[in-house]
Amino acid sequence: MLQLDGVSRSFGGRRVLDDVSFAVRRGRLTGFVGGNGAGKTTTMRIVLGVLAADAGTVTMDGAPLDGPTRRRFGYMPEERGLYPKMRVAEQLAYLARLHGFERADALERAHALLDRLGLRERAGDPVESLSLGNQQRAQVAAALVHDPAVLVLDEPFSGLDPMAVDVVVGVLAERAARGVPVLFSSHQLDVVERLCDDLVIIAGGRIRAAGSRDELRSAYGSARHELVTLGDAGWLRDEPGVRVVELAAGQAVFEADDATAQRVLRAALDRGPVQSFGPVRASLAEIFREVVEDRQEATR
Amino acid sequence: MSEPTTPSVPQATGMVAEREILAQVRSRSFLVSTGVLLLVVLVSIVVGGFMSGRDQPDTTVAVVPQTAAALAAVPGVEVVDAPDEQAARVLVADGDVAAAVLPDDGPAGVRVVAQRSAPDGLVAALRVEPEVELLQPQDSSEGVRYLVSFGFGIVFMMSAIGFGSTIAQSTVQEKQTRIVEILLSAVPARSLLAGKILGNSALALGQTAAIAAVAVVGLVVTGQDDLLGLLGAPVVWFVVFFAVGFVLLAAVFAASASLVSRIEDTGPVLTPVMMLTMIPYFLVVFFNDNQTVLTVMSYVPFSAPVGMPVRLFLGEAAWWEPLVSLAVLAASAVAVIVLAARVYERSLLRTGPRVRLAEALRTRGD
Repeated sequence: MLQLDGVSRSFGGRRVLDDVSFAVRRGRLTGFVGGNGAGKTTTMRIVLGVLAADAGTVTMDGAPLDGPTRRRFGYMPEERGLYPKMRVAEQLAYLARLHGFERADALERAHALLDRLGLRERAGDPVESLSLGNQQRAQVAAALVHDPAVLVLDEPFSGLDPMAVDVVVGVLAERAARGVPVLFSSHQLDVVERLCDDLVIIAGGRIRAAGSRDELRSAYGSARHELVTLGDAGWLRDEPGVRVVELAAGQAVFEADDATAQRVLRAALDRGPVQSFGPVRASLAEIFREVVEDRQEATR
Repeated sequence: MSEPTTPSVPQATGMVAEREILAQVRSRSFLVSTGVLLLVVLVSIVVGGFMSGRDQPDTTVAVVPQTAAALAAVPGVEVVDAPDEQAARVLVADGDVAAAVLPDDGPAGVRVVAQRSAPDGLVAALRVEPEVELLQPQDSSEGVRYLVSFGFGIVFMMSAIGFGSTIAQSTVQEKQTRIVEILLSAVPARSLLAGKILGNSALALGQTAAIAAVAVVGLVVTGQDDLLGLLGAPVVWFVVFFAVGFVLLAAVFAASASLVSRIEDTGPVLTPVMMLTMIPYFLVVFFNDNQTVLTVMSYVPFSAPVGMPVRLFLGEAAWWEPLVSLAVLAASAVAVIVLAARVYERSLLRTGPRVRLAEALRTRGD
């Protein structure tokens, strides 16, 4: 498990990370979500040792990170970078060799990975001749080619078409299934929602929420319910303890605690047939807004 | 599949050097510029040999028995014997020979008869010149002295600027694309720096050796091998000094380039080191007849690779001088590399505005 504890960092007197703590568990895809300038990239750079923290620690299975441990990390930086004129497969093999694989082994790994990522035909082409989407795939391959023990990817899905997203997600999920902690940042909340097991939400350099996707869903926005009846549901407005969010003829979304919700259901059945009733699972986008806005109000 | 074993610093350095070399050898611009450079060297040697007249066809000259002896030792002349003056004049008039050499009462003792103008080489060969005695003879003429100084100067400057710029570009490119962050997650910064210096030094040395080889072959083929005897030892010294001197400059180029984050910003940081590589060239071209300047040059690390071989060629340096100068150069190279590695390590991951040199030397790397 990769663990951050109380990590802080300032640039020129401006605090960009404030007491950041969260865990990236083995075998799980952890999504790192936040707005622009929230501190995602800075956090990842500190994990990789590319940047030093002013305070706090990063540990792997309880041990502080050192050179040899970090060398087993796979990293995809925010600004994409490979040698533009170097051939794709050679470049990957070069990176694998720097990580200690034998020449032949390194080349074999590079080709296997390119096959897996659908870049087999482009293996002998210079990186600069690839489309942006394919360069992105090559960049993902560069983070994976040395079989890293930890994966840290900064916006791995930006610029990928939906098919490529699926391929990359598949590869990351395989790595996670082998017990590799995978941390990736994204601002595409729908993608993150679909594929990550755990979530870390950061805003203004502070962690606003962290936990499994389901935990977060039940912790935020669980007070919403949806009711669909055959008759008009306008009576809901007059029910005590109910706040109607959406209302259209027989379909309504409302906020209420669980006991009130059950009372509302009985009342609805008394009035006529109920077609469906249940809690509404908040979308990640909603949770994100709620978490970030809550805290902003709290700090005001 | 084998388990990865962390490469040692020399191993990682070797891999980085190998990549630098492959990248260059495969680039069209490098191949073209090397080809052009070798061609220029070859052409200038061939043209030089041609200009010195060795390849001109022999001039046919008619002689009479009294003047045959005067022409026996003149090179580049095909002698046609004529029985008397009258017959010789007829040969000239008919265009069978370019000129006739006849007896004359003047101080030269012979008269050259030609149709419209006398062949230059012939007149020069027959000209009587006073005996000259030099109390301090020079080993080489002014022209050769200038050419050799110019040659060492330009080869050093071109190689240093060419490969120095390559190192600078590749350093900034790695920073700009952030591949440096991926590389540094695998290997230490000093391996990156060492590999870069080593790879490009090998290329620079290879290119210089190729130039030397082309020059030697060119001199031999065009029959100018007498010059080769004079140049041999200084050229060997030049290659040795070049190897050490280039490593020193390469470190300065890499460290300077690591201060900026974008290719567009490299100009200002590279200007001082460009000056360092150009000054020896201008000094040696303008002051190759000034012993004091040459002597100082041959000991200052940045100009020694040019200054010392020129002095050796001119025969002005004692046998121990190149050794002392080389020791000074090697010691400064080590010192500069240590400083450069410091700057490089600390600037490599800093992006954005240019890093101040003093800052890079002082602050912790972060």
